[in-house]
Amino acid sequence: MATIRIPPVLRASVGGVKEIQADGSSVGEILRVVVDSHPDTQSQLFSPDGQLNRYVNVYLNDEDVRVLDGLETAVGDHDTLVILPAMAGGAR
Amino acid sequence: MSPSGAEVLRQIKSRIDEIDPAAAREQSSHGAVLVDVRETDEWSAGHVPGARHVPKSHLESRIEGAAPDRSVPVIVYCASGNRSAWAARTLIEDLGYEHVSSMTGGFTLWKDRGYEVEVPRSMTLEQRERYSRHILLPEVGMEGQQKLLDARVLLLGAGGLGSPTALYLAAAGVGTLGIVDDDVVDVSNLQRQVIHTTDRVGMPKVESAAMTVMALNPDVKVEQHRLRLGADNIMEILPNYDIVVDGLDNFPTRYLLNDASVRLRIPVVSAAILGFDGQLSVFKPYEGPCYRCLFPVPPPAELAPSCGANGVIGVLPGTMGLLQATEVIKLILDIGNPLIGRLLMYDALAATVTEVKVRRDPNCPICSRAPEEISDQEMGAFPDYDAFCAGAH
Repeated sequence: MATIRIPPVLRASVGGVKEIQADGSSVGEILRVVVDSHPDTQSQLFSPDGQLNRYVNVYLNDEDVRVLDGLETAVGDHDTLVILPAMAGGAR
Repeated sequence: MSPSGAEVLRQIKSRIDEIDPAAAREQSSHGAVLVDVRETDEWSAGHVPGARHVPKSHLESRIEGAAPDRSVPVIVYCASGNRSAWAARTLIEDLGYEHVSSMTGGFTLWKDRGYEVEVPRSMTLEQRERYSRHILLPEVGMEGQQKLLDARVLLLGAGGLGSPTALYLAAAGVGTLGIVDDDVVDVSNLQRQVIHTTDRVGMPKVESAAMTVMALNPDVKVEQHRLRLGADNIMEILPNYDIVVDGLDNFPTRYLLNDASVRLRIPVVSAAILGFDGQLSVFKPYEGPCYRCLFPVPPPAELAPSCGANGVIGVLPGTMGLLQATEVIKLILDIGNPLIGRLLMYDALAATVTEVKVRRDPNCPICSRAPEEISDQEMGAFPDYDAFCAGAH
């Protein structure tokens, strides 16, 4: 099972946890599992055409999946997916 | 009877290589390291350009900073060639340096020959004391400290991130700090904005920050910009600075800053914080990705929680702000591996740091083009900019 790291802005949508585990052989399959079990993440991760939103980056370990094979990128059991949406908090 | 000092020196000189200033000049141009072993006041009055300063009294402990590779030729000089002979003997016989020579006639003969001399701008005694722990570091030294004193850094915000950054950059002797902030100190700021104090509630933040900086280090000049950074002023303010520290609280300005900094080729040390989590990266135009390479578009307002009032643990901007200050100092001194093309994510609760790679986007709407091709109209623009801004404040 791969580990998915949930960023602060998405934690409310997954019950407040920082990490979840999901089965799947590709980035797309795993994110689908996440969305199926936590429907609130659907619109945050994916655009209506099924692509990853451009303001969300997904990394397989430390590499952006867009420079790999995108949603088709193969994922192993010990890999970690990091979801990184843009964050702007300067705490005025 | 023990031999006299003069006799010992004669014996040492017979065992070591001595070279004339002309040969020293020639060899240093081919990679030999010139080491000046005189005292600091002598060095400050003038030295051979490119030489490293390692006072003879600290030779054993500091030579590795100047000449880490013992197989690289080292030429030692002093004022006349005597102290350097002693130093050469130490390097060869005690420290194992393989190719050491002492320059005959020392710096005095070098000058008499009319060879080039570098006179470092002098620091006051008080400055040498104040920055002594920097000066002791081979990576900083007098030269590095002078770079810090000459540096001009712009801080966007004197808030959570800007407070610790300003304090430590001021303490480090960064000579000019520009601070942009249109806000006044509020009591709710004081849980994290450590540059301000309780008795300054209601005072403009730029003014309060300037007071603290001046009290900490009178070497530092604070330029107060009491305004909100926008398209109407960014191109007037940014060109006056070498590095920008971004602690911005909203996306529209962050994109505007990115585009202006690419156009002006000014590196931006950027951090963001939320709750117990922080992000940090360095965007150095044309050497690494820009902010638009990382995030081509901002998230919708509901996914950009900085737009509303959100909590942050007070220590977090301290941690992230000091990481920013560290990156600023590395950029000024040109040392280490700056966080270019990498993004750090710090999780304070878990006490973990995760790093991911940030690639330059060959199709980036901004940094894939030459700076002069970026127009005023494009700067800070993205789809639905107005709608986004309406929700941002």
